[in-house]
Amino acid sequence: MREGPPSSSARAKRIFMPQLRMTGRGLWITVLIVPPLAFVALFIVYPIISAFAYAFFDWQGLRRGAFVGLENFHTVLFVEPYRSWTLNAFKNNVLVFFALMVLQNGLGFVLAYALWRELPGARFHRIAVFLPVVLSTIIVAYLFKLFLHPLFGVVNISLRGLGLGELAQPWLGQSNTALWSLIVAQAWHMVGFPTLVFLAGMQRIPSEMLDAVRMETQSEWVKITKIVWPLVAPSATIVFTLLFVGAFNWFELPYIMAGLDGSPFGSTDVLGLYFYRTAFGNVSAGQQNFGLGSALAVLIFIFIALVATVITVRLRAREIQL
Amino acid sequence: MSAGASTYGDRRGILGALGRDGLLQVILVANTVIMLAPIVIMVFSAFKTTPQIFQSPFGIPDFTQVANFAKIWSETNFLRYLLNSFFVTGTSMVLILTLGTMAAYAIGRYQFTGASFILMFFLAGLTLPLKLAIIPLFMLMRDLSILNNQLSLIFVYTAMGLPTTVFIMTGFIRTLPSELEDAARMDGASEARIMWSIMLPLVRPAMVIAGIQNVVPIWNDFFFPLVFIQNDSLKTLPQGLTTFMGEYTTDWGVLFAGLTLSAAPIIVIYILLSKQFIAGMTSGAVK
Repeated sequence: MREGPPSSSARAKRIFMPQLRMTGRGLWITVLIVPPLAFVALFIVYPIISAFAYAFFDWQGLRRGAFVGLENFHTVLFVEPYRSWTLNAFKNNVLVFFALMVLQNGLGFVLAYALWRELPGARFHRIAVFLPVVLSTIIVAYLFKLFLHPLFGVVNISLRGLGLGELAQPWLGQSNTALWSLIVAQAWHMVGFPTLVFLAGMQRIPSEMLDAVRMETQSEWVKITKIVWPLVAPSATIVFTLLFVGAFNWFELPYIMAGLDGSPFGSTDVLGLYFYRTAFGNVSAGQQNFGLGSALAVLIFIFIALVATVITVRLRAREIQL
Repeated sequence: MSAGASTYGDRRGILGALGRDGLLQVILVANTVIMLAPIVIMVFSAFKTTPQIFQSPFGIPDFTQVANFAKIWSETNFLRYLLNSFFVTGTSMVLILTLGTMAAYAIGRYQFTGASFILMFFLAGLTLPLKLAIIPLFMLMRDLSILNNQLSLIFVYTAMGLPTTVFIMTGFIRTLPSELEDAARMDGASEARIMWSIMLPLVRPAMVIAGIQNVVPIWNDFFFPLVFIQNDSLKTLPQGLTTFMGEYTTDWGVLFAGLTLSAAPIIVIYILLSKQFIAGMTSGAVK
C-alpha cells in the first residue's frame, strides 16, 4: 500500500509490527475491520467517486466514450430543452421543500408540543402519528392515488356527498393541484418523524427550567418562543437537514403517483425523476444517457452537500448547550 | 394567538390551562383520525367488491368476504414477492449486524493506528445520498454479473446499513465497563472468546436499535430493485406491488387487498413493538 523506497517501507513495518505482535491483536483487529470496510468501500465510496468521474465522459449506452470535460454539465444547465427541464424540476423541489417545512416539520412541532403535555391518550396518539412512517412509500403513494381518483376516489365521493360537488376535481390530473396533492400525501406519510424527534427534544428539557419560567409568566406563547423552541434547537437542526436532503432526493412518491414524466405537463417533475429519466431513459423520452445523468447527479449532490452544510452550521450556532 | 393567549392565561389560570389543554387534545384527536382513516379505509375496502367501494367507501364491510384475498393468493405472484422480501431483508440484516458489530467492536474496544480515521470513513457513508450514485452502482453490479440477482440488493443494503450500525454500536460498546474483559484476559481467554462470550451478550440492546433503524428502510425500499431487478420472480414486495397494481387497475377490491396485505406485516410488528420502532427509527436524529 505504501509507496516509496523499500528501506522506508521496511522501517515502517519494523516500527508497526512489534506493536502488533506484542499485543497479539493486530491480526484479530484486521479480521474484524476489513470485511465491513470492504463493503462500504466497494458499494458506497467507490460508486460515489465514480459518479463524479462518469460525468466528464461521453457515454453511448453502457459504453464509456471520449473525455468531454465539462460539456455534460454545460448541456444540462444551459442547452435547451435540458435547461428548462432542469430549472422546472429544481423549482418544484424548492416548492416541495418549503411546503413540507410547514406541513411536515411545522405541524410536527405543534403535535410534539401537544403530546409532550401527556394528556389522556397521549400514548395512543403517539403510536398513531408514527404508524404511516413505517409504511412503504409505495403503499402510501398507491393509496393516495386511489383516494384521489377523479370519479371513484374517496376524496371526490366525500366532497359530492357533502354537497361540495363543485370542489371535486381531478387532483392528480391538472397542473395546479397535482404537486400539492403529492406534498399532502408526503406530509401524511412522514409527519410522525419530526413529531417524535421534537418530542424527544422537549422531554429532555429539565423540569426545573420549566418551573422557573412558570414563575415568571403564565403565557404559553412566551414559554414556547423563549424556552421550548430554543432548547429543541438540536432536534430542529436534524429534522430540517434531513427534510432538505429528503426533499431534493424525492423520487418514489412522485414516481408512483405522477409517473416518470412528472405529469401532467411536468408540473410534478422533480430532480429525482428527471435524473432517473435522463440516466435510464423511459418509454417517451427515449434512450438512456449516463453522461448527462451523471452530470445531473453530481450537480444535485454538490447542491445538497453545500446547502445541508450551511443549514447545519447556521442552525448549530443557534443551539444552546444545557 | 400570542397577546390574546397571554392575557387570557394571566386572568384565569386553571380555566386557561383547561382551555389550552382542550385545544391541544382536539388537535391530537383530529390528527389521529387523519392518520388512521386512510389505513382503516384501505383495510375495509379490501373486504368489499369494487361496486361496494364506489357506493359506500366508508361502510363497514362483511369481514368474512375474502374473495379479493383468494384472488391474490391464486392468481398473482404475491407470495413470491413476500418471500423474496423476507429473504433479501433477512440476509441483509444478518450481514449488517454481524459486520457492523465486528467493526464497532474493533473501533470501540481496541486502540490502534487509524481507528479514528476508519470511524470517519464509516461515518462519511452516513450522510451521502447513495441514490445519486445509482449509475456507477448499476455498472458495478453488471461487472460483478449480479444484475437481476438479489445479491445486488443484499450487498447495497448491507453497505448502506453499516454506517448507522457502526455509529450506534461503537458509541454503545465504548460505554461498556472493561473490568469483565480484563478479568477474562487475566484468565487467559482469547480475544475472540472475550468478544463472543463476554461482550456480545451485553450489546444486544444496541443491536435491536440498530436493527430496527435498518430493517424498515430495507423492507420498504423500492429504488434499488427498480434499477437492479427485472425478473418478476425475483422482485421484492414494494416492486412487485407496482406490477400487481398495473395488472388489476380496474378491480379496486383486489387493489386494496394487495395494499392491505403488503402493509400488514410491518403494521402488526409495529403495533407489537412500537416503543422499539420509535426509538430505533428516530435514533439517528435523537442524541
